[in-house]
Amino acid sequence: MQTTFQGYRRENGRVGVRNHVIILPVDDLSNAACEAVANNIKGTLAIPHPYGRLQFGADLELHFRTLIGTGSNPNVAAVVVIGIEEQWTKRVVDGIAATGKPVQGFGIELHGDHGTIMRASKVAKEYVQWASEKVRTESPLSDLWVSTKCGESDTTSGCGSNPTVGDAFDKLYAAGSTLVFGETTELTGGEQIVAARCRDDKVRADFMRIFDRYQGVIERHKTSDLSDSQPTKGNIAGGLTTIEEKALGNIQKIGRKCTVDGVLDKAEAPTHPGLWFMDSSSAAAEMVTLCAAAGYVVHFFPTGQGNVIGNPVLPVIKLCANPRTVRTMSEHIDVDVTGLLQREITLDEAGNTLLDMMFRTANGRLTAAEALGHREFVLTRLYESA
Amino acid sequence: MIHCVLHDPDDSVAVVVVEGIKAGAPLTGLILDEDRTIELECRQDIPIGHKVALKDMKVGDTVIKYGVDIGKVVQPIRKGEHAHVHNIKTKRW
Repeated sequence: MQTTFQGYRRENGRVGVRNHVIILPVDDLSNAACEAVANNIKGTLAIPHPYGRLQFGADLELHFRTLIGTGSNPNVAAVVVIGIEEQWTKRVVDGIAATGKPVQGFGIELHGDHGTIMRASKVAKEYVQWASEKVRTESPLSDLWVSTKCGESDTTSGCGSNPTVGDAFDKLYAAGSTLVFGETTELTGGEQIVAARCRDDKVRADFMRIFDRYQGVIERHKTSDLSDSQPTKGNIAGGLTTIEEKALGNIQKIGRKCTVDGVLDKAEAPTHPGLWFMDSSSAAAEMVTLCAAAGYVVHFFPTGQGNVIGNPVLPVIKLCANPRTVRTMSEHIDVDVTGLLQREITLDEAGNTLLDMMFRTANGRLTAAEALGHREFVLTRLYESA
Repeated sequence: MIHCVLHDPDDSVAVVVVEGIKAGAPLTGLILDEDRTIELECRQDIPIGHKVALKDMKVGDTVIKYGVDIGKVVQPIRKGEHAHVHNIKTKRW
């Protein structure tokens, strides 16, 4: 296995694999100005979203943590932040500024969209020209943070594409990488397997507390059961029957050797190498958005029936073991592991094929999702706004 | 050619991994954990990704896949039949 990749070393020492200048709205009202700036200044990327007003408490903290984390991600070179007013805008700017990267914020009130777009465009132009001179340098594999989450899974996910991620994770873990998986509800039926993989009793207790908390949410809000949502209609069409079956397939992504070394809150950055569990929704775009906000720079996304997800700043590498999906949706698939289920390749070879694509992606190859313009950015909400 | 795969030799269901499997078709199944194959006859048309029963099961039986419990039988299933939401349900929630 290769031991280095070509990445962008940022001011705080983290290494990214993309060099985005993003135009980040604090709230829904600022999307239009952000999109206008990104239209004015070529090579910048607006990341619109529908939230950021009248949130409070833990839900507001998660909103800030996700926005600040996204701006802080090492795949981002510099950030322009726009909010309707200056105080929450400053809070996001200050959070991102802690990384040492260039960031500046603009409030719309007292200026209007026109004045804001003009001021922000001037800064965005300086940033994008500055970023365009950044060069990739050789970086150790241990600096590459890799996340995983599967989507539109079917039974081939559990037999083929998820074990491929597991094999790659086992190899990356041994190389000292920082890894994460999540999807709290989709461990139901396999939670004891994850618990048994936890490094020690404290990690196990943290994991089970998060798992049990969400089971409580289901009990409070479910109608008859979750069988209209978990498994999804797509999962069932693909042959998955129960949540237990789905969860056992899901868990194949954490391999057979690595241990669960710690537990993260949503969008929380890990503090040391190893495999982390992040409390998260199993909805693809929500979970991948949280991984990007936690600082991960490459994502492994196994799919069965063909989820088409991408992310604005985190390259999403898709792999698939279902020959029908690879045939009918080939433009979305980066790594074809269908040979695994015909005994044409071994799991070790499938894992190496994924790792090869990981290195190519880290070195600059655009993923299918990037080439197709998939930039799903979906903020997780904890409860209704005030 | 591999027509279906199972994880553990004790699994009671296997996943069909090729398209167009029809009733009466002979199936070769790959046991992933052991890298050896089994043979059985398919009794119903089964779409790719869906499961075939590897043994007769009665209502209330536990369905085993990955060597562990994935739910309960709610309609009798014969070996070679399609095993899915019409005859298996979760034990959770």
